[in-house]
Parts: sequence; structure tokens; C-alpha cells
Amino acid sequence: MKKMRTRNHTVVLNRSKGGDAGITVFLVILGLFMFLPMVYTISQSLKPLDELFIFPPRFFPRHATLKSFKQLFYRMICSWVPFSRYVFNTVFISFAGTFGNLVCSSLAAYALAKIDFPGNKFFFQVIQKSLMYSPSITGTLQFIVLSKLGWVDTYLAIIIPTFCSSLGLYLMKQFMDTNVTTEILESARLDGAKEFMIFWSIAMPMVKPAWLTLIVYSFQGLWQMGGSTLIYSEQLKTINYAIGQITAAGITRAGVSAAGTVFVMIVPILVFVITQSNIIETMGSSGMKD
Amino acid sequence: MSKKTENKVVSRKDVTKAQWTLHMMNKNKIGYFMIAPFMILFLIFTVIPVVLSLILSFTSFNMIEFPKFIFMQNYITLFLEDELFIGALKYTMIFAIIIGPVSYVMSFIVAWFINELPPKIRAVVTLIFYAPSIAGNAYVIWTTFFSGDRYGWLNAWLMKLGFISEPVLWTRNTKYMVPICIIVALWMSLGVSFLSFIAGLQGVNRSLYEAGAIDGITNRWQEVWYITLPSMKPQLMFGAVMSITGAFGFGDVVSSLCGNPPTDYVGYTVTHHINEYGSVRWEVGYSAALSFLMFLIMIGANLLVNKMLQKVGQ
Repeated sequence: MKKMRTRNHTVVLNRSKGGDAGITVFLVILGLFMFLPMVYTISQSLKPLDELFIFPPRFFPRHATLKSFKQLFYRMICSWVPFSRYVFNTVFISFAGTFGNLVCSSLAAYALAKIDFPGNKFFFQVIQKSLMYSPSITGTLQFIVLSKLGWVDTYLAIIIPTFCSSLGLYLMKQFMDTNVTTEILESARLDGAKEFMIFWSIAMPMVKPAWLTLIVYSFQGLWQMGGSTLIYSEQLKTINYAIGQITAAGITRAGVSAAGTVFVMIVPILVFVITQSNIIETMGSSGMKD
Repeated sequence: MSKKTENKVVSRKDVTKAQWTLHMMNKNKIGYFMIAPFMILFLIFTVIPVVLSLILSFTSFNMIEFPKFIFMQNYITLFLEDELFIGALKYTMIFAIIIGPVSYVMSFIVAWFINELPPKIRAVVTLIFYAPSIAGNAYVIWTTFFSGDRYGWLNAWLMKLGFISEPVLWTRNTKYMVPICIIVALWMSLGVSFLSFIAGLQGVNRSLYEAGAIDGITNRWQEVWYITLPSMKPQLMFGAVMSITGAFGFGDVVSSLCGNPPTDYVGYTVTHHINEYGSVRWEVGYSAALSFLMFLIMIGANLLVNKMLQKVGQ
């Protein structure tokens, strides 16, 4: 057996040159298909208005300008609710929702995967199957529940239901199943460690890639939340909603609309980059599974 | 910890099933505390709405008046009288059968290829592939590509190269709508299952690869089939559920690109139909019946996928 090169501090098998080349070509072509529209969105946001409508269209702007962004910010300042309020709402909802979702999902996922209490299989089945129920109809009926609770038109209506996302729990549970070995837990239990301690200091570090993934996913969903039927007070609405109102003016604001898309995208991308580099760092430096 | 508790060890054989259950409940009651925050909220915000929806599917309900019990009428209407539904079911199936498997396989293959790259560039490449999903409504950029006037990319270049003499209404012409929606759906299909595959691949026990090498695995294709895939079954199951819900719940892209309802109801899916009755016409009972039917279809699809996943690595 030939050892060709090393990867992640371990020895890998022989990889054929042809396979490597094929994979590179595949990734490049698919990557272009994925990424060019994104580059084009950025390029659109930098074009002056007269360059948005030329025949034939050009990919890159000839005279790049920040006019669309300026106009976007100008429109934001003009809104009667201070723009900082939209920013606060979005930040608050995103952080609170993600945090609660992470805590509730991880705790429950750990218990369902690693504690053998009667009923845990049943609970898990119910949660997993609930993912397949149309979110549209449950959303409509959630409204009845929320109005009975008196939460309609408050932050609670948005934040609290995200705490019990079946998706978050399912994701965490699947990683608890694979990454956390039962023997380590058993020996910790024999040493007299409390279950919460085991959860926090043994299980959670082992599933770090899972909860970083959950953070990215939950955060980006909340950050991009637009208008909602649960919120009608203008001062409780989000950035994405405000930008939607600005770009609703249609084709004359095509540039502003692209600028808005770019603007809303920035923070989730930052969160993504930070978490992804963390995932790779953890796994590269440890032999925690051995 | 003390000797007293050790003496009280109960063995499964000595007791009845009820006693054993009680014993296990008592011994592991910490488990109930840990799932309590999630389960209580889940009960309020998911179980109650779903149960309500099941009950309402046998009624006629408009959110204002008290529901009127009509037994199976909603389901009968669905199959015998609602022509739009049959069409919607057809397009849902077309989209699901193409988008579901393709996005699932693509998510895994790309995640796996990325995992072979050196760690430093991996984060960048992951971002490139995940970017379309990170920017929630970035897919509207495709409207400029398929725009019906001569400023749209496709029209402009086809006209410049002389293939067509006047602009084609790509997103309004029933011939092109379905393929266009599928292209855009696949463009943004590397979503949460892709991320979970990336994370899952990092967790595969590396010593398995070395053991595999000794056992005679000679190339990456055997390695992925006999080692990587079987080690990632939980993530694969998660990804499958995500692909199923995404593919059968497809509809947003169609509305944004082709309008709602689209021309001649081409590409009009069950999701549109559920929304139409649930939050436009306010015939919530009928919408609930539609949702229940979709639920059964998705459960069936999931069973099928799980059957197939059992064959992995054999």
C-alpha cells in the first residue's frame, strides 16, 4: 500500500491522480454555477442606474459606484421608525432565538440520545415526524395558540416558538448518536459525575461541529426574517422587512434592491465564516475520537 | 454512590414490566428534566397546532365562526372535485422526484469532495457552495437572468447570437417554467443537510480509514462506500428528512420567479394550494386536510429512503 500524502495528521490511502483531476473539474464547474450569481448580485449593487439596463447586459460595472447603497441608507434614515430600532429588533430576535434554540435542543437531544428513560424513543419519533408537517398550516394554527397566550405582536411570538425547533433537536440528536461514545459517559457516571456536568463538559465538546452548524442555520433564518403575521407594530419589525418596503418600489430601485440583498447577507456570512473555521480548527487539532 | 444504593440494584428479570418501567423512570428522571424545556414548548407550539389541524380537517372552519363538523367531506372534495389539487399534486411530485434525490446526492458529494481539500481552503470553498443558501432571498437575482425583456441575460445573448429575434418570456411561458424553477432550486439546494454532512464527515473515526487500508480498500470510491457512508448514517437520515421536506414543500421559488398563481397553474404545487386555502381563502379545514395528506406522503417517502439507506455499505 502506497502512502501518498498526509491529511489532518493522518495517513490517507492512495488517491488516483485521475480522480483528483476529475473532482477538481467537477468542483470548479459546480462552484462557478453556485458562486457567479452571488458575484453578480454584488456587481448589480455597484452599478449606476443607467448601467442596470443596457443591451447586452454586462457582468461587471464599468463605473462602479456606491450610489445604490447610499440611496438605501438614505431611505432607511427617512423611515419614521428610527432605523436603529429595526437593527435592534433583528439583533435581539436573532441572538435570543438562536440561544434558546441551542440550549433547549442540545439538552433534549442529549437526554434522548444518551439517557435511557422510558418513552424517549416515542418522544423522538413524534419530534422527527413533526418535521414533515406543513409549516404553513401549523403556522396558521399557532396563531390561535399565541393569541390565547396574549403574545401576538410581542417579541415572544417570534422568539419562543423557535426554541423548540424540531430541526435543531434532530440535528443535535443525530450527532450525539455518532460522536458521543457511551463508554465515556458510563465511566463518568461511575465516577459520580452529575448528568448536567457530563452533558456540559463531555458531550457538548464532542458535538461541537453540530452546534456550530445549528447556530449558523438558526441565526441566518432569524436574521433574514421578513414581515410576519404575528407582528403588526412597526417598531417591532426587522431590517429585512424594512428593506423589503424600500425595494417594493420596483424596477426603479433595482440597484437599491441588490444593495439590500448584499446588506442583509453580510452578518450571516460573518457568522458562517467564524463557525466554519472553528469546526475545521477543532477537528484538525484533536484526536478526540480515538 | 454509597453502598446502600448499590445493594438496591434491580434486575430486569425479577420484576414485572410496569415495575421495571417505574424503576427506569425513577432512576433516569434527570432525562425528563432535560427534555422538559423543549417538550413543553413543543407541546404548545407544535403538538397542539398539529392535533388541532387533524381535527379541523374533518370540519369546515374559517378562523372566525365555530368549526362545523362535516366528516370526510374535505377529503372527498379533494380527490373528486378539486381539479387544481390533482394538477398541484402532479407538479409537487415532479419537483420532489427531481429536486429531492439530486439535491441530496449533490449535498453529500460536494461535502465529501470538500472534505478531501486541505483544511485552509476548505472554509472558503464551503462558503462558495453554501452562499446561495445563506442569503435567503438572493435567488431573485435569477429573475434578471431569465427576465422576459431584452435586458435579461439569456434573452440578450440569444438575441445577440441570432438564435431568437425577439425576447422570450421565460418565466411566463409554460414550456420553460418547470425546468427554470428546478435549476434555481438546485442552485440553492446545498442547505442545512450539506452543512450537517460537512460536520459529520469531520467526525468519522480516522482510525477506520487506516484499518480499511489494511483490509484492502484501494481507492476513494470503495472507502466512501464501505467506511464513510456507514459511519455517517445518522447524518444521512437527517439529510434525507431535510431533502424530503424541502422537495415536497417546494413552492417559494415558483412564486417568486413565475408569480402566484403561475401561468396556467404550471408549477403550482400542493404547498401553494395549502397556503391558498389556509391563509387566503380562509378555508382552514380544507387546508388542514391537504396538509395531512402531504404529511402521509412525506412519511411514506421517508420510509422508502430509510429502506434504501439500510443498503449503504453492503
